[in-house]
Amino acid sequence: MIAAVRIADTRGRGRRVRRGTVVIGVTIVLLVAGIALSASLGQLPISVANVGGSLLRAVGIDNPWAPTDELIERTLWQIRFPRVVMSLLVGATLAIAGAVMQAVFGNPLAEPGVVGVSSGAALGAASAITFGLSFLGGWTIAAFAFVGGLIATLLVYATARAQGRTETVTLLLTGVAINAFAGAGLALITFLGDTQSREQIVFWQLGSINGARWDEVAVVGIVGACATIAIMVFARQYDLLALGDRTASHLGIKVERLRIASIVLVALLTGAGVAFVGIISFVGLVVPHLIRMLLGPAHRMLFVASLLGGAALLVWADLLARTLVEASDLPIGMLTSLVGGPFFYWLIRRNRRQSGGWA
Amino acid sequence: MTEIDTGVALAVSRASYGYGSHAILRDVSIEVREGEVLALVGPNGAGKSTLLSLLAGDADPDHGTVFLQGRAFPEWSAKERARRRAVLLQQNQMVFPFTGQQVIEMGRAPWIGTPESDADEEAIARAIAFTDAGHLLHRTFPTLSGGEKARISLARVLTQEAPIVLLDEPTAALDLRHQEDVLRVARELAGSGAAVVVVLHDLSLAGAYADVVVVLDKGRVAASGAPSDVLTPELIGAVYGLEVRVIPDEDTGRPIVVPRRGAPVDKYALRP
Repeated sequence: MIAAVRIADTRGRGRRVRRGTVVIGVTIVLLVAGIALSASLGQLPISVANVGGSLLRAVGIDNPWAPTDELIERTLWQIRFPRVVMSLLVGATLAIAGAVMQAVFGNPLAEPGVVGVSSGAALGAASAITFGLSFLGGWTIAAFAFVGGLIATLLVYATARAQGRTETVTLLLTGVAINAFAGAGLALITFLGDTQSREQIVFWQLGSINGARWDEVAVVGIVGACATIAIMVFARQYDLLALGDRTASHLGIKVERLRIASIVLVALLTGAGVAFVGIISFVGLVVPHLIRMLLGPAHRMLFVASLLGGAALLVWADLLARTLVEASDLPIGMLTSLVGGPFFYWLIRRNRRQSGGWA
Repeated sequence: MTEIDTGVALAVSRASYGYGSHAILRDVSIEVREGEVLALVGPNGAGKSTLLSLLAGDADPDHGTVFLQGRAFPEWSAKERARRRAVLLQQNQMVFPFTGQQVIEMGRAPWIGTPESDADEEAIARAIAFTDAGHLLHRTFPTLSGGEKARISLARVLTQEAPIVLLDEPTAALDLRHQEDVLRVARELAGSGAAVVVVLHDLSLAGAYADVVVVLDKGRVAASGAPSDVLTPELIGAVYGLEVRVIPDEDTGRPIVVPRRGAPVDKYALRP
């Protein structure tokens, strides 16, 4: 009996690992293809060979494909690459932030955009711009976005968590309230600001990766990497959290500490992204959901796959945003919401059918 | 109270607990010994689950102390507690579609990074065999029936291999056979030296499997001792407000508690 159980066990685990390898492999292919295409397409078409060659030369490998034209080289390194890297960083951070929020709230609908963390962060960032604050140098806007996002997350947490569980209706209603309040705050700040800051704020509400700079990429990259490492360390604890607070604590988890740390991490991840590219909703909802459907809910795999999936999704979304309408740059936040809104609707429908909704 | 009795796994010493002015437990003292099954019984609202959460260290008493292996609960870290006591709650929720196998494996979490984690596979296989959960391993937890969830959760608790096991109404969702199975598992755990506390509603089950029965009534210990001493028609009548017949089991001689359904109901006999 015991031997038979052990055989079944290893077989199940083997299948899970194989599936994970396939999904992650496909995502990496999509990601690399997206990066190559995104770097090569645009007003100035650059061949994929040139893109690869330029990258190789940058790491010190001389090769025959590297572009000889100075204009191509400058376009790649000053415009295309920062933008591509920014899109993949923001996609990865948002997807992971979504997965962490869902783990912490024990609710698959929690997501920085839906619940109001993104708009809280945007409000913080917009205040920094309009009031011309720069006491933290290049980090000022990000810091304000972080604080705004943190306040919003704490508000949601305090309201929607009661007796160790999250009421979905309260969670979503809190999100509605915070989004409404932050929207009004943004409107007020837009009203107060001068023309230049107004323009900047309008782009927040739409979300765009246009004009990403290397110093901004560095901020998002550093914050994202640190937060992601911390989250990977917690991965197994999030698995146990799915058993409920009490049972998780019986298994040795310090539940309240884990939750508070996670909320700070979510605010960091969301704030860093929002500070420079604005509100991009639904990435944190769609990506972890699809991954969970394909690979199951174990968090270590979920985080790795969501990181790659989120990066791939935003690289492609940004590519579409730049190329869908000729000579114009669509707001990427609008694009993700166009896809994410119906997806959200489908999730609600599907769950209603399966278990009578989330009362 | 600092003396350490090596045989006592858990001790509650003069504990009181309440919400605001509403007292749930008053001056409760019990001892749970290694190698024993202790059944906690009592009417609804008597404080059984609250006492269990004190025993688990989930809540601290307002007055009094709970000792885990001779040391007060606050002195143990979360990890140390997890290696010493496993808890099965009444409600076993699971938000995400983990499989039965994954849920059971979670029981090994307290042992990660210790030499004991070499025994993960055996512990898991043993728990699965014990709880007859082999066919549920690849189903996702939220799609299981109440009884199947209870069995997977029990397997998770066994996998934890803690010397103290607390079970809050483990039989509530189970069919007749699996009820007996659970309590037989509890007996076997005690046989291998564990201290087991089971909250039960079925007094006959308590009578059949427990070494010690503790009857709680309105937050106080109404009686405590061997099943045949505690489960008497008089005590049950006084605590539950119900006339019962206590019959010795033909095979084991242990008490079986049956309500006297033919007896005329005297509503004034029920306590206010």
